[in-house]
Amino acid sequence: MVDPVLASRLQFALTTIVHIIFPVMSMGLAPFLIYFTWKEIRTKQPVYEQLRRFWTQIFAVSFVVGTVTGLVLEFEFGTNFAAFSTTAGELFGGPLALEGMMAFMLEATFLGIFVFGRGRVSDRLYFLSSIAVGLGTWLSAVWILIANSWMQTPRGFEIVVENDQQIVRLTDPLAAYLNPRFPYMFIHMQNAAVESVALFMAGVAAYYVFRHHVWGYSIEHINVWEKTLKIALVVLLITAPLQVIQGDGYARHVLETQPQKFAAMEAVWETDSYVPEYIVAFPMDVNDLLNPRTKDLFGIGIPGGASWLASGGNPQATIRGLETFSTKSPPVAIVFWAFRIMVALGFWFILLALWGTYRWWRGELFEDGLLHKALMASSLLGFVAVEVGWIVTEVGRQPWVIQGVMKTSASVSPNLTGAEATFTLLGFVTGYILLLGLYTYVVGRIIRAGPPAKDELTQSESTRAPESEVTSSD
Amino acid sequence: MTNVGSLATKPLFGLPLAELWFALLFFILGMFLFLDGFDFGVGVLFATRNDDHEKEQLLAAVGPFWDGNEVWLVVFGGALFAAFPSVYANLFSRYYLLMFAILAALGLRGLAPEMYEEREDSRWRTLWGYSFVIGSTVTPFLLGLFIMNWLVGATGLITPVGILGGVTVLALTIVDGAAFLGLKTRGALRGEMRDYGVRAAVGYLGVAISTLGAIYMTEPGLRSSFRSPLIVALVILTATLTGIYIVALRSNRYYAAFATTAALVFGLVGLVATLLFPFVDRTAGLTIREAIISTLPLNLMSIMASVLLPIVLVYFVVLYSAFSGPVDTEESYG
Repeated sequence: MVDPVLASRLQFALTTIVHIIFPVMSMGLAPFLIYFTWKEIRTKQPVYEQLRRFWTQIFAVSFVVGTVTGLVLEFEFGTNFAAFSTTAGELFGGPLALEGMMAFMLEATFLGIFVFGRGRVSDRLYFLSSIAVGLGTWLSAVWILIANSWMQTPRGFEIVVENDQQIVRLTDPLAAYLNPRFPYMFIHMQNAAVESVALFMAGVAAYYVFRHHVWGYSIEHINVWEKTLKIALVVLLITAPLQVIQGDGYARHVLETQPQKFAAMEAVWETDSYVPEYIVAFPMDVNDLLNPRTKDLFGIGIPGGASWLASGGNPQATIRGLETFSTKSPPVAIVFWAFRIMVALGFWFILLALWGTYRWWRGELFEDGLLHKALMASSLLGFVAVEVGWIVTEVGRQPWVIQGVMKTSASVSPNLTGAEATFTLLGFVTGYILLLGLYTYVVGRIIRAGPPAKDELTQSESTRAPESEVTSSD
Repeated sequence: MTNVGSLATKPLFGLPLAELWFALLFFILGMFLFLDGFDFGVGVLFATRNDDHEKEQLLAAVGPFWDGNEVWLVVFGGALFAAFPSVYANLFSRYYLLMFAILAALGLRGLAPEMYEEREDSRWRTLWGYSFVIGSTVTPFLLGLFIMNWLVGATGLITPVGILGGVTVLALTIVDGAAFLGLKTRGALRGEMRDYGVRAAVGYLGVAISTLGAIYMTEPGLRSSFRSPLIVALVILTATLTGIYIVALRSNRYYAAFATTAALVFGLVGLVATLLFPFVDRTAGLTIREAIISTLPLNLMSIMASVLLPIVLVYFVVLYSAFSGPVDTEESYG
């Protein structure tokens, strides 16, 4: 039997790690879908209807799975973290309620129209539906990230004791909800979502382009995939550098507001100046390989690099070490490696974007098989980067659930038993493996089936035959 | 520090905001039970269909709606968390396994139609057809169980009144689903759905009254509430509405039947709220006034909710108008 605190933490980690995939997919697809819908209505070119219909299928299935897994998270604050919910509910519950009312409602109702209603509503209402759906997904992120960023940099509250219970009381709503971390987090997350989906699109498109142009199979609708690849590359070229540049500012904000997390990201144990930026690091002793508190590291690093990044240009700058904090360090190895994987991926995506753009400029975009293979191999790496990025954020702030205010160990439901928590944890492990399997299966089928054939299209002028006019006027 | 002025000290317009949020919470619960209720009802009635064509029509009937309907549950959880955080924490952790069972059943209901449409072979469709029926049957039953446990302040997960409450909500969703399918289908299918609706309505009235009787017998703490004229009025209203529903269905007035269902749902939710009042968590002995959040966030949430919820209702009007009328007999889910 797992201890209820540990089981609750593992369960929350598992359910968020799985859940985040689906909102990233829907938030990232949203701007593309709005664009495709706009172009479809404006130009009446069949390729845009094909693109819109193809990616809407993936959006719809992601949304359904996202609803199922998202509701779990909303419930888990109460089921597993009742002490946290009682203490912080006054501040934390509001954003969750507003997410439901302002964002999720908008998204879920207009998604009905967007998925099922192309032939039933006017072009104008259909286009507005695409915007409503997209806006809904992004507003969701606003409220969820307001709630999360407040836990990282809590502001605008006081602590009072009510019925022997510590309560976080809201005193300044603007300070609390527009807390210093929020803008960093929001930009980083939304850009990551768009970048991840651009990589996914590029990977899928590269698969078909490769088979058609490099291997010489004749792929139906190859023009759809060529278009997809180009659109994805343009978006990647914008989002990939932005992510790294903005991430640099974000890391410095972490240093200022959560120095313990920053020290864990860089595995700085003792306060030091001229701290190197390790690219890789290994324990000197093999026995220490799995010890997250290992200090004696052999690393390949850039001298003064971490100090230089932390201070924004001074290699001599001092970084406060983990040993100087009165609270226990977070699991350093996890944070250290997750951070490195994220940063490495960030640079790899820039390289991919530049490589693709260069080939495109040379007119060889569809011929470079190696590029296609790299894009295919990277199609899911955006999601990996999002996952490790969130691991840095969430593992890195341990032992705090609310930075400096409440420890995670004190936040779990007091009456929860180990048996209950273990039972649901095992249930989630099984259920979510099945769920991910089904999701992968369905998305795989959608991709293999490809976009709808031209003679199935409803809107485009080139295919609008007299008989389809009759059937569409129901 | 921003100047929050009187927002921090006085309730907005001197309104009894705690009581209004209690009412709002049950309004949201009612919206969920009415709207997602017909989705559940359609899922239960799906079990009575053998013909592939008819199954497709049932799925197509709920296709554009169910996701939006389910969000009322998300909003219910959010509103409870925002306005009565300690109650949200107490209830959800007290009925720990029940909450996850609800999530599992609801998840199955949401996935099943999506999966059903994915492949055409009969084994796959049988599997996901069953999942749809099971998810749609178990979810309202467990929700009824949860609501009843909340009302009576049960300490265990499964109680006799809880089971009766579960059956009550389940019956009501069939009443709801049958009326909805009256609007969405035509011909012989519609006739059969009408007959199921009539039977479910009779069953609903019977089981709802039995549940009330059981509460009266087993919960001495709630007995005094039964003398409230509001309770008597709601019981009479429920009986009358059930009669109206049956007459409306028999005379093929499906809009009237569907609207009556809404009134029935809000009648039931009203009964629960009235019986619970002035408590919001009987087990913990918390009254509405004790559990409500402090004035500043309460005022802010009240402003936000009074702006946002009317807008949300407009979204639903747009959605339901776009898909009004019966589903095409050739229409399918995907």
